[in-house]
Amino acid sequence: MSDTNANVLRLEHVTMQFGGVVAVSDFSMEVNQGEIVALIGPNGAGKTTAFNVITGVYEPTNGTVYFNGEAIVENYPKGKMKKLYLGDSSTICDKVISKTPDKITNLGIARTFQNIRLFKKMTVFENVLIARHMRSKANFMSATFRLNLQEEAENREKTLELLKLVGLDGMKDDLATSLPYGKQRRLEIARALATEPTLLLLDEPAAGMNPQETLELAHFIREIKDRFNLTVFVIEHHMDLVMEISDRIYVLDFGRMIASGTPEEIQNNQHVIDAYLGVQEDE
Amino acid sequence: MTNKRDSIFAAVLLAAAFILVAVLDRVLPATGIIMTVLKKGCIYSLVAVSMNLLNGFTGLFSLGQAGFMLIGGYTYAILTIPPADRASVYQYFDGGIVQFAIPFWAGLIAAGLVAAFLAWLIGLPVLRLKSDYLAIATLGFAEIMRAIFQWDKLGPLTNGSNMLRKYPSFSSLMFPFAVAVICIALIVLLINSTYGRAFKAIRDDEVAAEAMGINLAHHKRMSFCISCFFAGIGGALLAMYQTTIQAMAFKSNMTYEILLIVVIGGLGSVTGSVLATFLFYAASEWWLRFLDSPLMIGSFQVPLLRSGFRKVVFSIVIMLIVLFARKGIMGDRELSLSGLMKLFGRKGKEASANE
Repeated sequence: MSDTNANVLRLEHVTMQFGGVVAVSDFSMEVNQGEIVALIGPNGAGKTTAFNVITGVYEPTNGTVYFNGEAIVENYPKGKMKKLYLGDSSTICDKVISKTPDKITNLGIARTFQNIRLFKKMTVFENVLIARHMRSKANFMSATFRLNLQEEAENREKTLELLKLVGLDGMKDDLATSLPYGKQRRLEIARALATEPTLLLLDEPAAGMNPQETLELAHFIREIKDRFNLTVFVIEHHMDLVMEISDRIYVLDFGRMIASGTPEEIQNNQHVIDAYLGVQEDE
Repeated sequence: MTNKRDSIFAAVLLAAAFILVAVLDRVLPATGIIMTVLKKGCIYSLVAVSMNLLNGFTGLFSLGQAGFMLIGGYTYAILTIPPADRASVYQYFDGGIVQFAIPFWAGLIAAGLVAAFLAWLIGLPVLRLKSDYLAIATLGFAEIMRAIFQWDKLGPLTNGSNMLRKYPSFSSLMFPFAVAVICIALIVLLINSTYGRAFKAIRDDEVAAEAMGINLAHHKRMSFCISCFFAGIGGALLAMYQTTIQAMAFKSNMTYEILLIVVIGGLGSVTGSVLATFLFYAASEWWLRFLDSPLMIGSFQVPLLRSGFRKVVFSIVIMLIVLFARKGIMGDRELSLSGLMKLFGRKGKEASANE
């Protein structure tokens, strides 16, 4: 699949530094069209920080993020950071591009959150419906005076379709927070899909799931990938899931990339075993 | 199914209210205590709902409502005083600089538009702030507005610290009622539209809302401007009701009163705000009035009852409400037929079982 070699997402020399703490250091990677790529690493390795840089939540200290060939995030150490900067490649970037998260979502990157962030006071249905707001063309006048009825009906239909897909159509009028944990995660995926992404970022989608649920999730991710023609970039701790679904894997440890490759290569990589898998076996 | 029945119920209720208001207008004396409560109730309902749009639905804690009411009230007054009366109103400023008048309905709309425009301007820097800081900034803005409108140098426009009067006003209850109903209906329509959902999303979780493609700055500004538009209209209605307007009266106290109403009614409930407004003014102006006058039973004078005691009792009542009903009367729910039926009796259970 990767022979087309169209980079959907490419990170170049991304460093994210909070004061003197380097969360991600000189991280370069790419995700190709139609791939499922996983990012793994021990707790605190900087995985979620990398996601936050890609989606515009954080402005990186240095580095560039390209989406479909277009630079969506770029920065270089300047001001106070010039002295504090601890990463490498500080002279490569020279522009500042910082799109807000909503603009990046608009371009076609959708994400879920590690610590579930559903809209708490709203129903399951409304949670997904909100994600349709960005793609609707109504302005506040036409929306207030109900001149967008057709669009509204289409949005509701699409929302229902997505809920059926994740198997939550039966509880669409329940409060989102009343769902069990695993279903809340599925709801977050449905909400992300409702923004019509081409790249889906999943932040620990299997956290808190038992092996059976994890297996179902693996099938589910494959299913939505094929159905919506997605590229998937996933952070995950469950090795079963990662090895099962990923085409390629990147491994972070203390903000640095220590390995990358196919699941087999990663499984046999001594650095990875030392840093990550070895720790798990000790437990 | 439920939705349809609820809208029919609301329409019937509204129609009944219109008829009742028309009857009350004929039956009750125009300056009686009940009329005062009802008129104030209508005006402040609108302001409370506009504040709820901001504080309860968008999660922006703003305390600028009195300032925007002031702007609306003054805009209305300045633009609608008949040219013939300007000489006597602006007696210290040679009749002022505005020498035309627009009809009252245009004045009302202008009041909203000017308030919304100033909201847009002040929103550019202020809406970057969050929670308490936003509250402090908007409160400061309201106080500055009050000072500016009393400024002597602006006298030809605002009549300085003197009052404005002789602009068109209303005496019937129907007028404020109709205006409030139309405005609140518009706000409800907005809240239930896709934009209203976006506002609620921002309230529930800004990070997630932004990740779902909702432009925070744009939507916050929109909510702020719309809220202030209706606060401006509310201010104009208040000016009409009082027949005179003076910047001095729009103190931060007024904002706190409205905030209190919104909190008592329930943040995020339109019907809660409306209910709470009427209860608030009925209690403070009418039901608790007797506490202010000394009462003699035989030769025994009931202790504590004297001028000002009403406010003590009222404050205690409010404290009790805040202590025991933390989410207010309605929480974030709306008053609806299906809600009422769930509350009373089996009919509701049957209906929900059928669905």
